[in-house]
Amino acid sequence: MRKFEILGSKDTRSGFGAGLLEAGQADENVVALCADLTGSLMMDAFKDAFPTRFIQAGIAEANMMGVAAGLAIGGKVPFTGTFANFSTGRVYDQIRQSIAYSHTNVKIAASHAGLTLGEDGATHQILEDIGLMKMLPGMTVINPCDYNQTKAATIAIAKMNGPVYLRFGRPKWPVFISEDTPFVIGKALMLNEGTDVSIFATGHLVWKAIEAGHILAEKGISAEIINIHTIKPLDIDAVITSAKKTGCVVTAEEHQMNGGLGDSIAQLLALKMPTPLEMVAVNDSFGESGTPDELLVKYHLDSQDVADAAVRAIARKI
Amino acid sequence: MRTVNELQTIATQVRRDILRMVYAVKSGHPGGSLGCADFLTALYFKYMKHNPSTFELTGNQEDVFFLSNGHISPVFYSVLARSGYFPVEEMATFRKLNTRLQGHPTTHEGLPGVRVASGSLGQGISVAAGLALEKKLNNDNSTVWVLTGDGELQEGQIWEAVMFSKHYKIDNMIVTVDFNQKQIDGSTGDVMGITELSSKFLAFGWEVLEMDGNDWNSMDTVIPQAQAKLGQGKPIVIIMKTEMGQGVDFMMGTHAWHGKAPSEEQMNSAMAQLPVTELGDY
Repeated sequence: MRKFEILGSKDTRSGFGAGLLEAGQADENVVALCADLTGSLMMDAFKDAFPTRFIQAGIAEANMMGVAAGLAIGGKVPFTGTFANFSTGRVYDQIRQSIAYSHTNVKIAASHAGLTLGEDGATHQILEDIGLMKMLPGMTVINPCDYNQTKAATIAIAKMNGPVYLRFGRPKWPVFISEDTPFVIGKALMLNEGTDVSIFATGHLVWKAIEAGHILAEKGISAEIINIHTIKPLDIDAVITSAKKTGCVVTAEEHQMNGGLGDSIAQLLALKMPTPLEMVAVNDSFGESGTPDELLVKYHLDSQDVADAAVRAIARKI
Repeated sequence: MRTVNELQTIATQVRRDILRMVYAVKSGHPGGSLGCADFLTALYFKYMKHNPSTFELTGNQEDVFFLSNGHISPVFYSVLARSGYFPVEEMATFRKLNTRLQGHPTTHEGLPGVRVASGSLGQGISVAAGLALEKKLNNDNSTVWVLTGDGELQEGQIWEAVMFSKHYKIDNMIVTVDFNQKQIDGSTGDVMGITELSSKFLAFGWEVLEMDGNDWNSMDTVIPQAQAKLGQGKPIVIIMKTEMGQGVDFMMGTHAWHGKAPSEEQMNSAMAQLPVTELGDY
């Protein structure tokens, strides 16, 4: 099992903030909108650098999505910023009609996704957003795993044409993807080659998958760990190739089982190459208040849970 | 500049187009379409500076129109075709399989003249405000027009957009409300009162004008007044009184024709009231 050097401890939302500033420096058409959460989304640097290109939309997310669509029609590259909950469920119809169906070039930047939002509790801990967004035709869905990857993803999506949902989180989290790792939309990132089980992880759970890889290595199990940062379009070849090699699969994500990464991979494998599969995800439940670490343990999203799922998956191999 | 007579001729042909489209597929929304036929004819054939034959989605350096109440697509498609965005013959494909003229307007099939999908109500002012803001960022002095229904004002997003537009001094946008006081389930007063409409917009800090959208004198007075208020720091709304079903006697004075196609007998009666013009049917 490859050793990953921890390069620091930073929140993925800060990666977004840094990426947004850089994207803004590279392209004067990049504009940003925020629904009264500028500090939480780490958009202050962009706002200070480009005050005329920053639009405070107030606590009115539906309008913000429409305004972003209008800006995109004229040729701007708008990024909307608010919590993942208010970036999706609250404005689903606006996204569906004015952004997805109209194929406007809007980048929906969604912070504080998942349980690791922590103490604010279930009203804010959206666990359904990947499902909501991936169902929309033409929507690209990205959930990066650390600060560096979030920054790189932000810069990458500014350069592509089409609507994107970019999901990231609140807590400080290990930084382990090097700054110079290229971010290719739709291309899975091989983190550790292995032979006994394929672990496909996204977002914060990628680090948990790496920790699980060490737990498994101590038992003599060789885990292949693949970072699926782009949930849609899914890197079909990477999933099929790895699943064929190892013969069983674990998915890991900070999301409901219904509608998440595991659901996409299960569908793909059921259609193309049925393979034993175990999911590490929230099982049809809302979250609750607590620290991120406590919540990941209680809802079975910790590294030990990923390792246990791998053992179960291996046991199901024919 | 076209004369009122010429514009009235176009509007009559637009009304024929609306009814022929709806009748052909036995579905669609003739009532509001007929009510707005005069206004959209005035906009597309007199007041907007736009480039139908070289349509660009961005609408840079030209006036742009958004239809927020997308269900009145028949009138939108007719004025777009008649002003040269696409061949008038294409109106024969309205609502049929593989058409660019979907039941509600969309960019999805690439129909020239449409810049965003609409149909789910309440979103048009937000989008228009976004494009108006984009024009300001680009020092583009052209105007963004948007039409909404009056029942549509029951959507909360409308008032988010109204607040936003004042905050950002979106003074290069003119919103027109089709004030026909009718919606699917009945009169707006019965369904969900939108009382004191002018006062509401005034309280939000907008310039408010009132107009009769079926009276050419009123439109030729009020539209230039609205245009004269552009660039003065305030968003502009025209509360436009119209008659749903205007031009066809049995469709007027009722909400019944909001979303219903006429029978053969009714169609014959309607066509007799709107004789074919020199522009000809599609």
